[in-house]
Amino acid sequence: MNSPRSTQADGISANQRLFLKAHRHHHHVVALSRFLLAAAFLILWEAAAAMGWIDPFFFSSPSGIAGCLWSMIADRSFFVHTGITLSEILISFVLVTIFSLSAASLLWYTRGLAEVLEPYLVVLNSLPKSALAPLLIVWLGTGTDTIIVSGISVAVFGSVINLYTGFCQADPEMLKLIYTLGGNRRDAFLKVIFPSSIPLILSNMKVNIGLSLVGVIIGEFLAAKRGLGYLIIYGSQVFQLNMMITSIIILCVIAMIFYKLIQNLEHCYKKKY
Amino acid sequence: MELLLSLQDVSYAYHNLKGETPALSHISFEVSQGEFLAIVGPSGCGKSTLLSIIAGLLTPEQGDLFYKGQYITDRGTDSVMRVGYMPQRDHLFEWRTIYQNVILGLELRHELTPERRDYVLSLLDEYGLYPFRDKKPSELSGGMRQRAALIRTMAIRPDLFLLDEPFSALDSQTRLNVSADIAQIIRSTDKTALLITHDLPEAVTLADRVLVLSKRPACVKREMPIRFSLDRSDPLGIRNTAEYRLYFNQLWEVLTNEQSEIHTG
Repeated sequence: MNSPRSTQADGISANQRLFLKAHRHHHHVVALSRFLLAAAFLILWEAAAAMGWIDPFFFSSPSGIAGCLWSMIADRSFFVHTGITLSEILISFVLVTIFSLSAASLLWYTRGLAEVLEPYLVVLNSLPKSALAPLLIVWLGTGTDTIIVSGISVAVFGSVINLYTGFCQADPEMLKLIYTLGGNRRDAFLKVIFPSSIPLILSNMKVNIGLSLVGVIIGEFLAAKRGLGYLIIYGSQVFQLNMMITSIIILCVIAMIFYKLIQNLEHCYKKKY
Repeated sequence: MELLLSLQDVSYAYHNLKGETPALSHISFEVSQGEFLAIVGPSGCGKSTLLSIIAGLLTPEQGDLFYKGQYITDRGTDSVMRVGYMPQRDHLFEWRTIYQNVILGLELRHELTPERRDYVLSLLDEYGLYPFRDKKPSELSGGMRQRAALIRTMAIRPDLFLLDEPFSALDSQTRLNVSADIAQIIRSTDKTALLITHDLPEAVTLADRVLVLSKRPACVKREMPIRFSLDRSDPLGIRNTAEYRLYFNQLWEVLTNEQSEIHTG
């Protein structure tokens, strides 16, 4: 008989084995519960629509959404609209990342500039960016430019402030070390500030991809002829609830995939260091 | 012994809107080539300010610095006098390997010649870190990290080591060994060192001379040469001698007078 304290041949004690088993069990319960919750919701929704408890004209139904998705894939419009929205999100995300990194670096490099610009950045950041969208239409017309700029405008100011604040929190002793070893401010940035800020930059990217998506959809609501945002607005005008909800679900999936991708990048970085 | 560094009547004050806070007041002392000088004083008395001035990070408001007779008061951090600064923690960069960490100074000074590279590798070899040169700092013990930090400082061949409480982040047992270890390395290479500490036993055990600073604004309160008949390599042995106790008690008295003045006045 093994007492719970005894150690097995493979070097794992019985207690550790019990712990691992309980841990796995817990995870299975959580995963199963998540799945059941989603399944119950879908079944209830479908049943409610079929039994006439809710009007599927206003509330759609899972089967209606699946049918809509299938017909969108069949007539290729799924790829056109998703592709356009995806590329707009990506372009504005990349531009936000490049611009906010350069701007925050410049602000750190020239301290006076940061002091002068600070109140403007704060005002621009707290401004509801959707208020700018109609202005962008007047300036840039209805089209991809407006949508991309709208995506940028939502994320960029907060991103600059966030990165600049992070840059300023670098350990002053490390900077002192660089200066006494003969380095200048540029060295301090390249050898200390930037490499020590990589976790911050990655988490900042995670926020930015979500905000770019918000901005792009706002832009598409107002100034698009194609894209998922356009489909949502069009669907609401012609009471095509299936189309609206399908587009929203595609957006959810896109947001989730982007988030996961950057999270994986973070994990890779953490594993390396 | 040749005179390496001299401070003459150095004063410094910090300024803000509420007024000025004098940190150093008319400090004068000299450091000879090859000497190990310890500076002790009540905490917050301006020791770090003094180090920053010697390192060239701050320019004194009054008084002058001379390196081998040459005027260096407002030189900045350029290389008339090469200062090897060792901060309170080792500050090895986690995103660099040990080798990349120890060549940091050479990289910053654009002096990464094959000859210097060999010198760094020989230092790593001499102090037992060669097998760890491609490891990350987090994989090393506290003592090994201190050695790596010391090699990073030695790599630029400094004229003067500035040790700013470099062992204060270590636990007391490691500290005793590491401080003796580091001091031994510095001594054996005939380097000059200036150690700032608030640990009196450490100062007495390691230094050739101890300088006691007063409370803020700091001035030189007492200067005491330390000589032992015993070899310095055994930090515990030294601490058991009568000489050690004598030095310790004298310095302790000066420091406690300073402390009580803070409390009563």
